[in-house]
Amino acid sequence: MSWILIAEQSLNGLQFGLMLFLLAAGLTLVFGIMDMINLAHGSLYMLGAFLASTFVQLTGSFTAGVLLAVPATALLGMALEVSVLRTLYARDHMAQVLATFALILIINELTRLVWGSDAALPMPGALSGPVELMPGLPYPAYRLVIIAVGLAVAVLLYFLVTKTRVGMLVRAGASNREMALAMGVNIRLLFTLVFGAGAALCAVAGAMLAPLLAVQVGMGENILILAFVVIVIGGIGSIRGALVGALLVGIVDTIGRAFLPILFGVFFQPRVASAAGPAIASVMIYLLMAVVLYFKPQGLFPARG
Amino acid sequence: MLRLESVSKRFGGVAATERVSLEVRAGEVHALIGPNGAGKTTLVGLISGALASDAGEILFEDRNITRVRQHDRVRAGLARSYQITSIFRKLSVLDNLALAVQARSGSSFSFWRPLEKETRLFDEARSLLEEIDLQAKATAVAGTLSHGEQRALEVGLALATQPKLVLLDEPMAGMGPEESRRMIELIERIRAGVTVLLVEHDMDAVFRLADRISVMVDGRLIATDAPEKIRTNPEVRKAYLGDEALA
Amino acid sequence: MKKNFFVLLIFILFPLAMLWADQLFYVSFASRVMIYAIAATSLNLVLGYGGMISFGHAAFVGTGAYVGSILVAEGVTSAFIGWPAAIAVSALAAWIIGALSLRTRGVYFIMITLAFAQMMFYLVNSMKAYGGDEGLTLRQRPSLFFDLGNELGFYYVVLAILSLTIFLLYRLTRSRFGRVISAIRENEARAEAVGFPVFRYKLACFVIAGAVAGLAGALLASHGKYVNPNVLHWVQSGTLMIMVILGGIGNLWGGVLGAAVLLGLEHLISDYPIGWLAGIAPNYQQHANLGVGLVMLAIVLFAPQGIAGLLARRKHAPA
Repeated sequence: MSWILIAEQSLNGLQFGLMLFLLAAGLTLVFGIMDMINLAHGSLYMLGAFLASTFVQLTGSFTAGVLLAVPATALLGMALEVSVLRTLYARDHMAQVLATFALILIINELTRLVWGSDAALPMPGALSGPVELMPGLPYPAYRLVIIAVGLAVAVLLYFLVTKTRVGMLVRAGASNREMALAMGVNIRLLFTLVFGAGAALCAVAGAMLAPLLAVQVGMGENILILAFVVIVIGGIGSIRGALVGALLVGIVDTIGRAFLPILFGVFFQPRVASAAGPAIASVMIYLLMAVVLYFKPQGLFPARG
Repeated sequence: MLRLESVSKRFGGVAATERVSLEVRAGEVHALIGPNGAGKTTLVGLISGALASDAGEILFEDRNITRVRQHDRVRAGLARSYQITSIFRKLSVLDNLALAVQARSGSSFSFWRPLEKETRLFDEARSLLEEIDLQAKATAVAGTLSHGEQRALEVGLALATQPKLVLLDEPMAGMGPEESRRMIELIERIRAGVTVLLVEHDMDAVFRLADRISVMVDGRLIATDAPEKIRTNPEVRKAYLGDEALA
Repeated sequence: MKKNFFVLLIFILFPLAMLWADQLFYVSFASRVMIYAIAATSLNLVLGYGGMISFGHAAFVGTGAYVGSILVAEGVTSAFIGWPAAIAVSALAAWIIGALSLRTRGVYFIMITLAFAQMMFYLVNSMKAYGGDEGLTLRQRPSLFFDLGNELGFYYVVLAILSLTIFLLYRLTRSRFGRVISAIRENEARAEAVGFPVFRYKLACFVIAGAVAGLAGALLASHGKYVNPNVLHWVQSGTLMIMVILGGIGNLWGGVLGAAVLLGLEHLISDYPIGWLAGIAPNYQQHANLGVGLVMLAIVLFAPQGIAGLLARRKHAPA
């Protein structure tokens, strides 16, 4: 087990974690401010990927395609919020769960109708080669770009949330909704914008991850669970929590998947190791969530008092 | 009957109650007053078991109940009513009370026998109805009651558990003069059979009903005494009674 | 009561009519609908009556399905052993998962139940000895006194179990336990403040529902002679939820109505093409989920009581 492998997997974990953060940030804000469980959040991620694939094909440029997909998805997200989701704010969590689950089905099928079951978004040729980070440590250039984009967005979010007025309203809303309402802010507009921002973040993650994972209907559901695990670990309503949680989950999941089967192979027979290893690895993040909740039932950085 | 020893509770950085030591004697009506945010409702939550204290001990009938769960405290005879009405809105008034009676009469892990056959539960509920003077509304859905009637049911639910000590958290909240009078009469009726810790803002009621009064300000207990002494206590006047002319 | 007997009579005569019309497929289909009705009814107990949003219910159905299948695969072909075993193991799983999850509430509860369901999914997926991700096929159905391969016989057995389940639910909701559970659903804090150990009641409700779900799973595996890990996937929990909300959440017949309507529509859409619809969208039959999603959304937004609610409203509406 070489240190190169460890470094590589750690970077992979960082990369995955940053993308998870993009998803989790939007999700935690919507939940924290609007008190709404939105299962269709993963669908926005999927739409981002599909739209990016189309725009890349239309423009011939990966960058242009991604840059067009982001506002497009944000618009779709806001349209969704204004039309359907707005009526759910007043309903209880069960109604929100059921309604947004229905939305998953609807959006999945509409995507199938428009695009088919999957789409292609190949890695841009210029970035498909490795970069020598250190002597003896090659790392895919594209993944480095993802890390860079993820960090850039994280920093941008930090500035937006802590240094701007809108950001202050958002944070106030996340920690005390009634207070935010009482402040006489145009709450409806704020909600719509927050939702749009969340959708935009999903699109970035979806488009960036698309060349690595497959663009297919149903990709949203798989990552949705991870995003929820992240915000539960991080604390609902907290962007800082979303970042820490996402990095934890990303790293634990990646390293678990990479090394647990090997570790098992050392102690157990190959038959057992090859079966149990991946199974336990898949379960690692849930164990992580359970451990965190045991010590801090509201997550690591709960926004709500 | 009830003794709090240096009970403290913090929420984040704020001390909601700070080293509160209080004693409620058997048979008395003990009022707890103080400005909004003084920590009275928090204290009720701590005593009833809905909240866990950070420090201090709570003793009920010489038994340390600090770590005892809420439902077990109820079984031991410690009940509370809520400042913000918390009844079972979809059930009828009678069913509300019957439910509370059901809680203390045997196990409810009974899956087969129809509840309506348990006439004893409903008979007890009916006698409770009389005590809180809501006989006329027995079959009415709780959510349709007037505010005053709901507050009476609120107290009734606490009484239905046959407590030795009942914590009434602002039973007169939001009531007009007529309704408040009815509530005072209700408390007068029940005081013979149960010890009462009464949290209230309505000073008329407090001075009329209380055997002793404790005053809480900013999470701390600043005085406990007979009503007349409290009325003239300079610290209390400064902190709470202030300009309220209560001659 | 008379209405119920009438309905039961129809159910009893139905397979005989199918037999006479030489349409045995529909008897098997009806069995499948009834099995899903049992599963949906068990979820209704936890979701509709108990108010617990459990996204992990499919895990119990799956547990029952796998226990039943593994026993048959290992040579234990008596349903008298297989089915009770499925119930017992599912109840145990529900006990453990419930004990750990019910300490939380709200979204944390949803997440933890979902997490446990996923854990079971991955666990079962890794069991190469029993098919892994390809699933386990049985050579035969288990047997009671007679071979359950007989469609008519199997139908009546399932009908009996479904009737018993509905009747048990009926008695349960009118019992002491039922009253406590609905009080907890309405106002958990007050239920505790009135002296009920709320956690124990929620757990009991969860375990009962899990046990019934396990039975449904065993029946399902017996019916199709096949089981695979997807039965445990959280999306399957969603399907059961759709049935419950469609049929009528918290309504005695919610599970039955929901299963019948959902599976019935599914069958109609896939097997009976509508000419003009095909003209517009040639592949519409493959996108049945779109219709399901739209209906479900409409119900949540406009008719939260589901079909049972709509029926009740029509009954009470002025002529």
